[in-house]
Amino acid sequence: MAILVDKNTKLVVQGITGKEGSFHATQCKAYGTQVVAGVTPGKAGQKVEGIPVFNTVEDAVKETGANCSLIFVPPAFAADAIVEALDAGIEVIVCITEGIPVRDMMMVKDYMKKNYPNAKLIGPNCPGVITPGEAKVGIMPGHIFKKGNIGIVSRSGTLTYEASYQLTQYGLGQSTAVGIGGDPVHGLSHKDVIALFNQDPETEAILMIGEIGGTAEEEAAEFIKEHVKKPVFAYIAGITAPPGRRMGHAGAIISGGKGTAQAKMQALREAGATVIENPAFIGKTIAEALGKV
Amino acid sequence: MKLHEYQAKELLKRYGLPVPEGRVAFSLQEALQAAEELGEFPLVVKAQVHCGGRGKAGGVKLVKSMEELQQAVEGMLGKVLKTFQCPEGKPVSRVWIEKATNIQKEYYLSITLDRAVSKPVLMASAEGGMEIEEVAKEKPEAIHMLHIDPALGLMPSQARKIAFQLGLPVNDFVKIALGLYRAYIELDASLVEVNPLVLTKENTLVLLDAKVDIDDNALLRHKDLEELEDLTQLDPLEVEAKKYSLNYIKLDGNIGCMVNGAGLAMTTMDIIKLAGGEPANFLDVGGGAKVEQIANAFRILMADFNVKAVFINIFGGILRCDRLAKGLIEAAKMVEIKVPVVVRMEGTNVEEGRKILAESGLNFINAVDMWDGAQKAVALASKGG
Repeated sequence: MAILVDKNTKLVVQGITGKEGSFHATQCKAYGTQVVAGVTPGKAGQKVEGIPVFNTVEDAVKETGANCSLIFVPPAFAADAIVEALDAGIEVIVCITEGIPVRDMMMVKDYMKKNYPNAKLIGPNCPGVITPGEAKVGIMPGHIFKKGNIGIVSRSGTLTYEASYQLTQYGLGQSTAVGIGGDPVHGLSHKDVIALFNQDPETEAILMIGEIGGTAEEEAAEFIKEHVKKPVFAYIAGITAPPGRRMGHAGAIISGGKGTAQAKMQALREAGATVIENPAFIGKTIAEALGKV
Repeated sequence: MKLHEYQAKELLKRYGLPVPEGRVAFSLQEALQAAEELGEFPLVVKAQVHCGGRGKAGGVKLVKSMEELQQAVEGMLGKVLKTFQCPEGKPVSRVWIEKATNIQKEYYLSITLDRAVSKPVLMASAEGGMEIEEVAKEKPEAIHMLHIDPALGLMPSQARKIAFQLGLPVNDFVKIALGLYRAYIELDASLVEVNPLVLTKENTLVLLDAKVDIDDNALLRHKDLEELEDLTQLDPLEVEAKKYSLNYIKLDGNIGCMVNGAGLAMTTMDIIKLAGGEPANFLDVGGGAKVEQIANAFRILMADFNVKAVFINIFGGILRCDRLAKGLIEAAKMVEIKVPVVVRMEGTNVEEGRKILAESGLNFINAVDMWDGAQKAVALASKGG
């Protein structure tokens, strides 16, 4: 089970002949993901580490039955690549590309909502999705994850690795870890992923890693309050971030007194989540709360 | 990327928006020439800095003669303007001189992204001149908000409705709102803001101030806009960091941080604070940092005189720990390391990385985890300070 990706995932990698694309397609395959196809326009017939390359996503879907896409296309063309995957009927799209213009993402998200309301976009500017032991669809180092029952959702890549590593230290594995990305316009939100974990029988507890900026964490808190019975743990990064300065992620900015870490932590506490203040104790706190130490 | 007011006005003018006639001047001579060309007093002299609150800080002056103009310009050019929004101040390298406007009433108008719904939102209010955040807090009902369908764009009927609600000259307002939206989209702006939009005594509308921020990600298709960036408005170390694609933001503390990934970088700042210290910076070296980038990142950290200790916190994913270790050794050749350096490494190739550092002869302090590293760095910084 788990969410989004599993052993039945058939992956097509868009931009597979590029440096990043070929490296990570190979890594995903080595982890055990079924990487069935690659796409680079004009390069049909080639192979990358034994993976057949097609001109279009549509061809790849027809020939191989691909049902999930991983995108490494450069920022100027990435929005188009997402549209191509949508039009080919792919329902789980993971876009790694960093630096896509916000306007492009705004247009794509609008198109997606109107035409493919069931499709799930993860990213852009994200590490991807991993269901340990089943499928890795992203750029994360597979070896720090362990099969288990904690669902993780986070905007940040390395912070996800940090949290998973800490959990693994305490013998707590992960059902699925989802990096939703740090851009202001992105696909699945914290709330969306928490809703998926809430329905997933393999997920026993949820760890949400948020950061300053926007209101996504507050919306997730609303949802948790209403719908989630599983234990939820939360950490919010950026308590020391000064207002008006963008902290790396395009979305991570406190503007007009909105999006502060304090406000987000408060909302999550009120929703019944356990808020972890010291990021070094994410693993320990969860292990203790679940009676695993 | 932020633009100056004069750049914003010049850009918006191309979209048919009414801005007061004006000239930019980099020197007194250019200012006098500009006044000559504009041909009549009164004029307004406005210091060009990336910072709000100029009026109260003496950065905007109404002048009625050449003498007054000269005095105002000399009081601004080459000086550092400190406002309540930027207490540290920004250097004034240019002024904008424009014809004075007869103000009847001030309004507010802006377009930005509403992240909650991934659509542009137009905001308009009769409470012009004030900070919109203040209005939102005290009189939220005074702000008219209109979400714009990205595929359709802003329609005249939608803008017209707001003009009627605000009691503004309808045709003029619709033209301004539509032009502003076109600018927002075509310039790939993250914000276009007119505060105030002025209704003149002659019953016309004028953009008295203008702010345009450009989406950094979109600069790849706006080379012409990229050239408008005024680097003097940024911290010199931040400018240096940008050259090496490092994401660096200078802060006030004394513990330099070097981290991979924005989320972990923020977390590292937070944990330093939890351990009782203050971070000197935010620094994300990125996922795929090369040896050279790491070396330069380290050099930039060391160039901040406030730094009394450094905390390197790396979770190796794509950035392997052995590569980080090699980068640090390179860095040690480039710069003299005068402060204690605490290193916490985990993840891909961590054993190799630790071995490289241990054999390097460099006196780095190892940390077993983030908390240990933060505590060690804080203790060392307070000793050094």
